[in-house]
Amino acid sequence: MNIFVLMKRTFDTEEKIVIQNGKVSEEGAEFIINPYDEYAIEEAIQVRDKHGGEVTVVTVGNEDAEKELRTALAMGADKAVLINIEDDVEDGDQYTTAKVLAEYLKDKEADLILAGNVAIDGGSGQVGPRVAELLGIPYVTTITKLEIDGTNVKVVRDVEGDEEIIETSLPLLVTAQQGLNEPRYPSLPGIMKAKKKPLEELELDDLDLDEDDVEAKTKTIEIFLPPKKEAGKILQGDIADQVKELVSLLHTEAKVI
Amino acid sequence: MTKALDNVVKGGSFLIEDVACDRIFTPEDFTDEHKMIAKTTEEFVVNEVLPQLEHLENHEFDRSVQLLKQAGELGLLGADVPEEYGGLGLDKISSALIAEKMSRAGGFSISHGAHVGIGSLPIVLFGTEEQKRKYLPALATGEKIAAYALTEPGSGSDALGAKTTAKLNAEGTHYILNGEKQWITNAGFADVFVVYAKVDGEHFSAFIVERDFPGVSTGAEEKKMGIKSSSTRTLILEDALVPKENLLGEIGKGHVIAFNILNIGRYKLGVGAVGGAKRALEITIQYANQRQQFKTPISKFSLTQEKLATMAAKLYATESSVYRTVGLFEERMGQLTEEQAKDGKEIAKSIAEYAIECSLNKVFATETLDYIVDEGVQIHGGYGFMQEYEIERMYRDSRINRIFEGTNEINRLIVPGMYMRKAMKGELPLLQKAQSLQEELMMLMPEEVGDGVLEKEKYLVRNAKKIALMVAGLAAQKFGPKLEKEQEILVNIADIVGNVYAMESALLRTEKAIQKSGVEKNKQKVLYTEIFCQEAFNEIEAHAKETIVAVEQGDTLRMMLSALRKLTRHTPTNVIAKKREAAAALIEAERYVV
Repeated sequence: MNIFVLMKRTFDTEEKIVIQNGKVSEEGAEFIINPYDEYAIEEAIQVRDKHGGEVTVVTVGNEDAEKELRTALAMGADKAVLINIEDDVEDGDQYTTAKVLAEYLKDKEADLILAGNVAIDGGSGQVGPRVAELLGIPYVTTITKLEIDGTNVKVVRDVEGDEEIIETSLPLLVTAQQGLNEPRYPSLPGIMKAKKKPLEELELDDLDLDEDDVEAKTKTIEIFLPPKKEAGKILQGDIADQVKELVSLLHTEAKVI
Repeated sequence: MTKALDNVVKGGSFLIEDVACDRIFTPEDFTDEHKMIAKTTEEFVVNEVLPQLEHLENHEFDRSVQLLKQAGELGLLGADVPEEYGGLGLDKISSALIAEKMSRAGGFSISHGAHVGIGSLPIVLFGTEEQKRKYLPALATGEKIAAYALTEPGSGSDALGAKTTAKLNAEGTHYILNGEKQWITNAGFADVFVVYAKVDGEHFSAFIVERDFPGVSTGAEEKKMGIKSSSTRTLILEDALVPKENLLGEIGKGHVIAFNILNIGRYKLGVGAVGGAKRALEITIQYANQRQQFKTPISKFSLTQEKLATMAAKLYATESSVYRTVGLFEERMGQLTEEQAKDGKEIAKSIAEYAIECSLNKVFATETLDYIVDEGVQIHGGYGFMQEYEIERMYRDSRINRIFEGTNEINRLIVPGMYMRKAMKGELPLLQKAQSLQEELMMLMPEEVGDGVLEKEKYLVRNAKKIALMVAGLAAQKFGPKLEKEQEILVNIADIVGNVYAMESALLRTEKAIQKSGVEKNKQKVLYTEIFCQEAFNEIEAHAKETIVAVEQGDTLRMMLSALRKLTRHTPTNVIAKKREAAAALIEAERYVV
């Protein structure tokens, strides 16, 4: 089976976000594989071990993402591909990423494509479905179980805490929800082997794409942190006075009424 | 010796020679693989070991065995075992990082360390081909667990005073071992023990003893102050039958194995202490941020900040020293020919070359850890005394580190002795250096120190080396071979030398980092270096003074004290201000940051 995983490099979940010059500062930050993509990688490895084939992990980003690709190889993926758009694209969005990925995948005859349900940074959840659309294959999002029998696929999908069972067929794209599996840690032999596994680096040119083809469809106007949580206010006095003050504060300070 | 080996840094040479900062290994030089290995170890500890730690503390050791097997599956037991025997044959940096990250698992890390280190390494380094084939693959996977049995009720630091005996049986097929080995880590479940015994009551030798051999048993589980999640028992040998081919190394050469393994045990303990210290500091800062008194988080009080910064600066110096030393092993091993690299004895030699550094690290790192857990409890206040808080266990677990693998007193005492031997053998030109220093001291003029970044610290390190040489030279001159009996002086010299190594390691690491990414990005490192160098230098001065007045009298005493004054003349760093600054970053990040 020809299996692909779409992976994103994201901030470590424990990083504090600092905004500098209108951008999220990456200074000194630790990066990880997007946790939902980790489920996707784990599932891909399990499917391969059961049905045979090969797992290729693909990311769109810059050369720093090589480390996360190596981690995926150390977990057990067979190949990795870095599509480096650093020099060509300044401000990409989900459209950009999806377009690049679809262009790469279109002649790969993928049987199964896995991605995370959502990235913990941007949080759009769009890239997976967009890629499927562009490739013209079915997709199922937020899956918690995947069973493959020949080309028939049975998927359990998380719908706001309920389960939806879907039957479909390969080729297919799915996005992984928490609970799909328990991602393994890269073992030390895995880490050593990963050094020797192929990691291909491509640029837009190699995919016959121009900057214009992948230009973002959205524009970021402003980036800001949520307001700092302030200590609550306890009103004093008679109930009647408290209500009066509350109403006036809702008018003047909170401006919600 | 090959020519290449002539170019590697000589053990102990830091005292008389300077190295460029790009010659040393620093934690900033970890590769991506190193980081991945560290992360896997960390995740294993956090996700697999810590949830079971309470059970382990209650001596449910079937869980330890299970966890060691899991560690084996991840490759965490095979770093030091060569590939041809089922291990991974990783570099020493990887193996050090595993030890550092494992340390968070408390007593379980002692089980792990005893298995991969002192338990397995004697076979890795000194085993015959057959012994390696027979034992190592199972040790690398955790299918079998190893232990190390040296200490006896009557012989601890005096290891060669062992009473356990070995006698070849009449048929000449088996050795018959008799005796008791005490405080054996992993004894509750280990399958393989490396045991020291005297053949015919005389020749100190090592044996590989399996638990299932007739006459082998273990005593009751010891009740310990700390590291309760490791098993500690007596190994009892009553006419134990050990096949002749299980003799490890040569008859009468057991001490060679024992001393080499001790070196490794010591540096590994240093690395483990670094890991423990990082964790203790982390939970302490988190607590200090959370705990409010007088409506203020206690981390806002400058006295708390002073404590946090002192802890972190000591930790920085320790971390720098320990990884510098591991880098030395790596560099020397890298110079071995392919054939030599396969010879365990050559590997052991590469580590033994740095026996001085191993001892210094052991002392320095375990005392840093003990200092940090102690202040950690203090910052936790009454809560730190309660078992619900991790720091309480860390405090108890830490204490043994200053005792095992050679007490810190023994490790201090042997440092000057090792230097003397190196000087006598002509390996280090100590005497020549001491002599030329004496001449220099006669006409020493105080140096003008610039105020550039780290200028003062470079000056302090330079003069600290001179003080060390002056004091050691003085003591050697005065007492000659009788210096051995002047233990207080030996220990003072060792403390001076230890501080020199730590100061220089911190300084070189910071310099290297600045060369790579500039001062701006390495402010915290600069602060730690400034704080640590100042405080270490103060200690050096005190130790030097105490030693000089104990050794000399009259005019010579006055002359020596005047030389010391010249060497220590400087405007001290305002450590109070520096510590406030360093603490700010720690409190913000809620963990040890560099």
